[in-house]
Amino acid sequence: MSTVEDPRIVEFDVRTDEMLINMGPQHPSTHGVLRLVLRTDGEIVSETTPHLGYLHRCAEKIGENLTPRQWVPYTDRMDYLAGMNMNLGWALCVEKLMNLQLSDKAKHLRMIISEMCRIASHLVGMGAYGLDLGSFSPFLYAFREREKILDLFEETCGARLTYSYITPGGVTADLPPGWLAKCEAFLEGLLPVIDECHALLTNNAIFVKRTANVGILTPEMAIDYGCTGPVLRGSGVDQDLRRDGEDCYTDMYDGYAFEIIVEKDGHYPQDHKYPPIPETAVLGDCWHRFYVRMLEVRQAIDLVRQAIDRYSTASGSYGEPIKLTEKLPKGEVYLETEAPRGQMGFFLVSDGTSIPWRVRARSSCFCNLSVTHELCRGVLLADVPAIVGSLDIVMGEIDR
Amino acid sequence: MSGQDFVDRLKENFPNQVTGADLEAIDPWIAVTPDGLVDVCRYLRDDAGLRFNMLSCITCVDYFYADEKKAAKAPWEPHLEVVYHLWSVPNKQSLVIKVMLPRWKDGQEGELPEVPSVVEVWRTADWHERETYDLSGIHFTGHPDLKRILCPEDWVGYPLRKDYEMPLEYHGIRGR
Repeated sequence: MSTVEDPRIVEFDVRTDEMLINMGPQHPSTHGVLRLVLRTDGEIVSETTPHLGYLHRCAEKIGENLTPRQWVPYTDRMDYLAGMNMNLGWALCVEKLMNLQLSDKAKHLRMIISEMCRIASHLVGMGAYGLDLGSFSPFLYAFREREKILDLFEETCGARLTYSYITPGGVTADLPPGWLAKCEAFLEGLLPVIDECHALLTNNAIFVKRTANVGILTPEMAIDYGCTGPVLRGSGVDQDLRRDGEDCYTDMYDGYAFEIIVEKDGHYPQDHKYPPIPETAVLGDCWHRFYVRMLEVRQAIDLVRQAIDRYSTASGSYGEPIKLTEKLPKGEVYLETEAPRGQMGFFLVSDGTSIPWRVRARSSCFCNLSVTHELCRGVLLADVPAIVGSLDIVMGEIDR
Repeated sequence: MSGQDFVDRLKENFPNQVTGADLEAIDPWIAVTPDGLVDVCRYLRDDAGLRFNMLSCITCVDYFYADEKKAAKAPWEPHLEVVYHLWSVPNKQSLVIKVMLPRWKDGQEGELPEVPSVVEVWRTADWHERETYDLSGIHFTGHPDLKRILCPEDWVGYPLRKDYEMPLEYHGIRGR
C-alpha cells in the first residue's frame, strides 16, 4: 500500500496535455450556430478559432436578382432579433440612392419603431447573457417584456419576428388606432422591470465575478478590429452613428435629446439612477459591455417617449413605399446605421435598372466576433461563454 | 475636408499611385493601383489630419455580363472593383478607396487576380478579405490565413462572380 506524504507533490506531478475542444455549432451558449475550436491546456484556453457559415444563405447573391423592396424580407432574416433596424438600414440606403425625402411623420414613426426594436433586442441580449452565466430568472423577465413588444409590432404589421415593416419610401402601414397609448403604457410598465434586472444582474456578486475584469477589449483593439455598437462604447470610445452618422440617417434624430452611453471619467450619463460600477470592473470588460446595453434600454425608452409626442402632432403621411419595380438611379451608395448590435452597413451598386447590380451587407457582429480569438487567449474555459455572450452576436447576421 | 482635398493630398504623396477619382458621385471615391494600396492605406490611417483608423467594409464588385449581347452594349470593359470603405473615428468622416483589377490574373481564366492584403493596417481586413476571397475570388497576397470563411472549405467557384454557375450537386445534396 502506498501513501501520499505530501498532496502538493502529487498536484505538481499531474501533467496536462494540450487538448482540442470543439464547442458548437449547437452549443446553447454560442448563440446560434457558431463553432469554436478551443486549444486548451487543462482549464486554460490558449487559442480560439471561430468557424462560421452554418447559416450562410447567400443573401447578397439573392439581392442581385431582386428589386430593393423585394429584398427587404431578406434583411429581416439577417439580424432576426432586430428586424426593424435591419429594414431601416436598407430602406435608408435605397432612399439615399434615390434621394428621397420623407415627411417628419414618417421619420418619427420609424424612430418609435426602431428604438422599440432596440429595446427588444437588448432585452434578449441581456437575458440570454444571464442565461449563459447560469442565471435563469432575468431571461424569463426579459422575454416576458419582449413578448409585449412583439405583440405591439404584430399589431402594426402582422409579423412577430420578420417584420418587413419599414421599407424604402416609408413604412407599409400607419399605426393602428390606440397603438400609441398601448406603447406608452408598456414603457411605463417596463421601467420597474429594468430596475429588477439591474437588481438581479448588474451588481449581483456572482455576475460581477464572472464578468468584471474578464475579456478586456482595449479601445485601440476595438477600433482596429472594426468593433462597433455597445462593444465599442463598452471600451470607452465615444461613437454612436445616431449622432455621428451621415445626415440622411441623423436627420431622424434631429431635435431629440439623448446622450451617448459611454464612460467618461469613471461615470456613465445619468448613472446615479443605476447600481454603481463595481470596483473590480475594468473599462472594456464584459461587465461594461453589458452595462452599456442596459443603459441603452433606458435611453431608448426616453427616445420612444419623445418620438411619440412628436409623432402625434406631426403633419404629413407615414410615407409611400416605392413601387415594387421602381427604377433605381445609376450610382453606388454605402450607408451605415446604428443597429442594436453595432454599425450595420449596406452597399448598393445600381446600373440604372430596377434590380441592383450588387448589394453588400456589412455585418456588425461579423466584425465584433472577429476579435474573439484575442479576447479568449489565456482565459479559463468557463470564461469563453462569458466573453462570446458579452459580444451579443446573432449568427444570422454574421453568415447572411 | 472635401473629396478634392483628399485627392490633392494623395496625389502629392503618391503621384503614381492615384489612377482616378469620381468626386461627383454620391459617395466620392478615389482609385489607387494595387501596388500602392498598402502604402496609401497606411498613410490614410497614420496621417495626423486624416486618421482613418477604422475599416468599415471590403466589397468586390464584378463588372461582367455573361450574356454576349448585353456584354457588347456594356459601358465598361469587364473588370473587378475592390471597394474599401474607411471611417475615421476621431474625425467622424468616411472615405472610399477603390482598386481596379482584371477579372483573371494575366487573362488566364481560373487564375485569381491579386491585391496586397491590408491586414497589417487594419485587423478588420482579416475576415473581410477572407470573405471577399471566398465569395468573389480575389487573392489577397500577404494575408496570414487566406481560406474560405462562409462557404465550406471544399466549395468550388466564387458565388458572387457574375458568371458563377450553381453546382448541381454537393456531397449528395441536390442543387436546383
